[in-house]
Amino acid sequence: MILSESHQQFKRELRRFAVEVVAPGAGACDVGGAFVEGNVRALAERGYLGIPWPKDLGGMGLDYLSYAVGVEEVSRVCASTGLTMAAHTSLGTYPIYKFGTKAQKEKYIPRLARGEYLGAFGLTEPNAGSDAAGIETTARKTGQGYLVNGSKRFITSASYAGTVIVAASMDRKLGRKGITCFIAETRTPGFKVASKERKLGLSGSDTVELAFEEMLLPPDSVLGKELDGYRIFMETLDGGRISIGAFCLGMAQCALDTMVEWFKDRNMTQLEQKALSDVATQVEAARQLVYSAAQFKDADIRADKQCAFAKLFASEVAVWAAGVAIDAIGPLAVTDRMPVARVYRDAKLGEIGEGTSEVMRMIIAKEVLKEAKETL
Amino acid sequence: MDLSYSNDQTMVRNMAREFATKELEPIAAEVDEKGEFPHESIKKMAELGLLSMTIPEQYDGAGFDFLSLAIAIEEISRACGSTGVVTAVHNSLAAWPIVNWGTDGQKQQYLPKMATGELLGAFGLTEPNAGSDPAAMETTAVLKGDRYVLNGSKRFITNGGAAQVFIVFARTDPAAGTKGITGFIVERGFKGFSLGKHENLLGLRATANCELVFDDCEVPVENVLGKVGEGFKVALGTLDVSRIDIGAQAVGIAQAALDKAITYSKERKQFGRPICEFEMIQAKLADMATHTLAARMLVYYAAHQKDSGKTRFNQESAMCKLFAAETATFVTREAVQIFGGYGYTKDYPVERYYRDAKCMEIYEGTSEIQRIVIARTLLG
Repeated sequence: MILSESHQQFKRELRRFAVEVVAPGAGACDVGGAFVEGNVRALAERGYLGIPWPKDLGGMGLDYLSYAVGVEEVSRVCASTGLTMAAHTSLGTYPIYKFGTKAQKEKYIPRLARGEYLGAFGLTEPNAGSDAAGIETTARKTGQGYLVNGSKRFITSASYAGTVIVAASMDRKLGRKGITCFIAETRTPGFKVASKERKLGLSGSDTVELAFEEMLLPPDSVLGKELDGYRIFMETLDGGRISIGAFCLGMAQCALDTMVEWFKDRNMTQLEQKALSDVATQVEAARQLVYSAAQFKDADIRADKQCAFAKLFASEVAVWAAGVAIDAIGPLAVTDRMPVARVYRDAKLGEIGEGTSEVMRMIIAKEVLKEAKETL
Repeated sequence: MDLSYSNDQTMVRNMAREFATKELEPIAAEVDEKGEFPHESIKKMAELGLLSMTIPEQYDGAGFDFLSLAIAIEEISRACGSTGVVTAVHNSLAAWPIVNWGTDGQKQQYLPKMATGELLGAFGLTEPNAGSDPAAMETTAVLKGDRYVLNGSKRFITNGGAAQVFIVFARTDPAAGTKGITGFIVERGFKGFSLGKHENLLGLRATANCELVFDDCEVPVENVLGKVGEGFKVALGTLDVSRIDIGAQAVGIAQAALDKAITYSKERKQFGRPICEFEMIQAKLADMATHTLAARMLVYYAAHQKDSGKTRFNQESAMCKLFAAETATFVTREAVQIFGGYGYTKDYPVERYYRDAKCMEIYEGTSEIQRIVIARTLLG
């Protein structure tokens, strides 16, 4: 596919923003491990924390493809910022937009879109990663609402968030059918950030463990319907995978940019030509998969397979491309003088977060067979 | 080829493994995080003879064969990749060229002190504008009376910030191409020698990787290593040997990642059972183990070629370095994957293995260079 003129223009706008505003601090946040708070504020000021939501809800009124392009361009210069943007929009805001009541949408979407609140998504737990239905956090219905107890792990942006979508089980015996999603405001008593992760990469993004101790959520904090949580978070993750694909695409593009910068004034050997051309080809293939998944979303067609394609492929390309760029450039590329050593660390998360590559393959295999049966 | 280990080799493995497990593994994460050179570990390793593996007994060395050295480096790297390369550089890039090309006087002067670790060694070949193409080096050495005067700089020097003795290559005849390069033994205290930028590396961070600066650095003529004009031969011959140890280092890191992944996959339960029961995880473990063993066999084979007195083993050493480094990158990436979100944190060592492994594809010849070396040996 070819981007429309307006999408291309938006891409150029984001590129300029990313290079001028985000890029200068990318190395420092990686070294110091400080949250990319300034970048988040800059994104908010320009409306980039609410790209795909309607204007009457405080968003930019653009489509999901524009949002994917935005995440790509930001991640291209600073993956920590790109991930923060992606998690906020796809995981922290989308489920409210899609499954929330009118009141919930009016209350939260404008604040999230304008960046008054940062949004987070709490699904993963110490014992429930790929097996998301195995969550142990419980929600007990009481006269005043729901009492939530348990913990969450690897939650992006949660120490800076205003809201966290929390998945909890109301009846462990029911398995996935016993799960409800809630909109939890982080100022709720009983909501606690237990610890901050120290990570391989993405040091400028916030990743924390949450503890809920008798956290009382009001009755109107249920997202969608009670016991419908599994469906909600699965669909949320599908959309999230487009933005993780875009995040990985941005990093892969950064690896390619680094190679281009390095080789543009040098005579290339044939092996170097092979490295550069292979990376360029794979990056473009990843781009097509990411953009096409976004187009399915914009057409309101549920496309689990395309989302999984985009995320699986782009994440593997990002890790691989960073590795190839390092090999082609040599020792300078494993120092902090170039961004690609950072990308090599950052990109590995793409193969793990929001569904590992193994889970993507399970989804794709299932969907491919399902489609085959449907067309027979 | 005899695939059994000698008593010495078995002894070296047991000793190195015990030391590495007890002394290196507990501090590996910390020295990596801080980028701190493991001085204390180096002292202890010297006491065990691990710094004098290539040095003959007459110079107070342990005088082991190259397979023993590879085994020792593999075991050390299994606990700490940084310490693995520090050991490899000292033994094979710094001490060994003196053993092989040094004069009696040089051997007497340097080897006993290198054996005890009083002098730590490093190797200065790479320059800002001469990486994969060392013949393009710009550092010059001009003879003035009884000394050479060196000017220029060397970059990405492992042990650079911690060593006292440097094997340095400089151009003594600008017109003679690779035949105009000469090797020198440079001491840290020589006038005009200083350290430049310390590199902040992706992995192998505790290796004092540093730039060396020569500003009218004065080196006595008796510190010429090998013959004048034969430095390129010394450099390449040394790299042929040391690549075996880099291969061993990569095998050690891959083995560590495999070990940790196996243990974790048995403990971690998802969907009601340990993840090692899932076929995708099993396939990963099988591939990781197969590649690691194949890499180890290539390394041992190359070491065996050297030990059996073969003079040309550049093909074997390039093959083992290439394959082992790529294996380490592959195996460590899969190990992080098996650990999932936990693997991405600093709570487990696999993220460090992942960073360390990638660096191994770069130094002592990139993978691209190894492939070219191998192809040249094939094409004659």
